[in-house]
Amino acid sequence: MADSALPAPGTIGGAIDVTPHHKAPGTFLETLHSWVVTVDHKKLGIMYVLYALVFLLVGGVEALCIRIQLGRPENHFLSPEVYNRFFTMHGTTMVFLMGMPMLVGFMNYLVPLMIGARDMAFPRLNAFSFWMTAFGGLMLYYSFIGGSGLYAAGNAPDVGWFAYAPLTARAFSPGHSTDYWTVSLLVSGVGTIGAAVNVIATVFCMRCKGMTMMRLPLFAWLSVVTSALILMAIPPLTAAQVMLMIDRYLGGHFFDTLAGGSALMWMHFFWIFGHPEVYILVMPAFAVANEVIPVFSRKPIFGYPAMVAASVGIAFVSLGVWAHHMFTVGMTSVGNAFFALSTMIVGIPTGIKIFNWLATMWGGKIRFATPMLYMTAFLFQFLMAGLTGIMLSVAPWNWQLHNSYFVVAHFHYVLVGAILFALMGGICYWYPKVTGRMLDEKLGKWGFWLLVIGFHMTFDFMHIPGLLGMPRQIYTYEAGRGWDTWNLIVSIGAFVQAAAVLLFAYNLLVSYFRGEVAGNDPWDAWTLEWATSSPPPEYNFVADPVVTSRRPLWDMKHPEDPDWKYE
Amino acid sequence: MSAIPIPVHQVDQPAEWTQPYKGRVGMYCLIAAESAIFAIFVVAYVFYLGKSMYGPTPGQVLEVPIFNTICLLSSSITIWLAEHALEHNRIKRFGAFWAVTIVLGSIFMIGTGMEWNKLIYHDGLTITTNVFGTTYYSLVGLHASHVIVGLLMLLAVLVFTLMGHMKEEHAERVKTLALYWHFVDAIWVVVFTVVYVIGR
Ligand SMILES: [Cu+2]
Repeated sequence: MADSALPAPGTIGGAIDVTPHHKAPGTFLETLHSWVVTVDHKKLGIMYVLYALVFLLVGGVEALCIRIQLGRPENHFLSPEVYNRFFTMHGTTMVFLMGMPMLVGFMNYLVPLMIGARDMAFPRLNAFSFWMTAFGGLMLYYSFIGGSGLYAAGNAPDVGWFAYAPLTARAFSPGHSTDYWTVSLLVSGVGTIGAAVNVIATVFCMRCKGMTMMRLPLFAWLSVVTSALILMAIPPLTAAQVMLMIDRYLGGHFFDTLAGGSALMWMHFFWIFGHPEVYILVMPAFAVANEVIPVFSRKPIFGYPAMVAASVGIAFVSLGVWAHHMFTVGMTSVGNAFFALSTMIVGIPTGIKIFNWLATMWGGKIRFATPMLYMTAFLFQFLMAGLTGIMLSVAPWNWQLHNSYFVVAHFHYVLVGAILFALMGGICYWYPKVTGRMLDEKLGKWGFWLLVIGFHMTFDFMHIPGLLGMPRQIYTYEAGRGWDTWNLIVSIGAFVQAAAVLLFAYNLLVSYFRGEVAGNDPWDAWTLEWATSSPPPEYNFVADPVVTSRRPLWDMKHPEDPDWKYE
Repeated sequence: MSAIPIPVHQVDQPAEWTQPYKGRVGMYCLIAAESAIFAIFVVAYVFYLGKSMYGPTPGQVLEVPIFNTICLLSSSITIWLAEHALEHNRIKRFGAFWAVTIVLGSIFMIGTGMEWNKLIYHDGLTITTNVFGTTYYSLVGLHASHVIVGLLMLLAVLVFTLMGHMKEEHAERVKTLALYWHFVDAIWVVVFTVVYVIGR
């Protein structure tokens, strides 16, 4: 590395905005206009996250309805048709309209600030991507109003979030509901790909002086890895959706078994997307943990290069494990063995990461503020989720539990226990930067503990009816199978979680108006986003920062013991 | 908003700090994503070979489009010559080679149109006829749609050139666009091999 060519330390001071800017707030229309036409990565990032939070509430309400329906045996809270729509929409919403926009929002807001840039590489593409994503989501939900197309055909999509053929064929899904599903995922997929292109170009081409790839904050590194995975994983879904559209609209035969097509191919194409998608969602959770855990442990991250290598490794391995979702379709034993082993291999780089986080915390001076609480819970819950994942990767075990509530419990452990916890922790951590106000710590802790209790009530106990043979996506069940009590506990837990999420949302709202003023750097952190004011000005930094180590802000605050001396 | 008054240190001028051109990186990313889409369609084509329940089969109706292929592949050479000319500020030469590229691309599209015309009206093969029709038209059509998008963008550049707006400093951008064209040509090599060599 050409370190000798880089400047002396202590040079990011000039990057701080010292000019007070008091601008009179515009009228409502002016404000609205400024948000709609904006190409500012920060505003777009905020819109992504708000959009995701709205759909978190919507998808959450669907989840609650599902849980009311399943809370008691032989319940008829929802009709079977509505139940099918709700679990389809819940899954699709949480993955495509909540998870993806949330992580893209995080990357959008933070990556340019962390690398000392003034905006993304392609600001207009950025705005285009957001509005495509937003359009996709709105179109999906428009299906509730306009989706039937045919008398009594049913409105919203009801084919499950993985939409297996031949259920999606015209004969079995009449009307337009499946088309809404296809087209909206296609549209929001285009938005996601645009965002990924943008993040990669930003990190590779827009870094400030001295920010070599090995000094990049890990959040930015993992954003690159996530984006690369998006580029590899979303296009197969797009291709599969195009094929489905050709089948449904133009009378093609891709998934039409009667004409020689193959329903199995849909499963392959879907999971070639579907499995890396899990890592697309979890990688930003890792990214948040990589930033938050060191700051609240008062130690630099343990094993930075190992962390980078492990992330890249996970990305590569995750492209070759998709058929572990398909053990029961009858693959050859070679196929079964390959996908079981490749799935287990993911455990190695993941384990490296967990040990690195533990080693970062080990001997540190840990402050258990709300963001750190979320990270601690993330660590343990992610470990648990990984362990049930390895159990499910064992093909014979999988034959027994395929499509049971055990699987549902496992992936919700990942999606809620790891990803949602980490992202909520991330929101708590960066909220002061985005709004200039601190979140209410007391409300935050209440929300956290409520969520922990609700989460474990729901998803710990959800494993048990799965082990007892309860299949997923069933409308109801008869009493006396041994599932009743467990389902009731799970449903109660869902409501505790809902209360926690509402408390979290309330905290975001109230603190915006009444929170303590945060200042530039409330957590005494080390990355560049904390060097500028809160909220950052439109141009981020007055002068382009120059960095000389992985923790530029530490160098600035501790000129007597800067990091660059040890690099 | 409180700002910490920190003295601005004298910044030494860093000797070298170069990063890649963002358009090029963005285009490579787009190409990666597009390659993934094509990979799925190619896999589908290969998987569904011989799975049709009824004819026509590829062997019965497909003719190898040699002239078309020569035109499309040589357009990669002409666009490279055009890029080169622009870098040396020879605008007229650039415009000429750029126009030749467009002509070659258009010949390819006309050839594909004639091929499809024959397949549809003479051989009775449409996208609904059988699995071969479904996969053939979607794979070749996906590629053709990329050629059309490329041609439209090339045409835009040609219009700018004719209006006298093209200068040496645009070389980097033009090269980024040319990268896309090279990609479309490279994909044709794959499609050609799969559809007309292996699949026939
Ligand atoms: Cu998987």
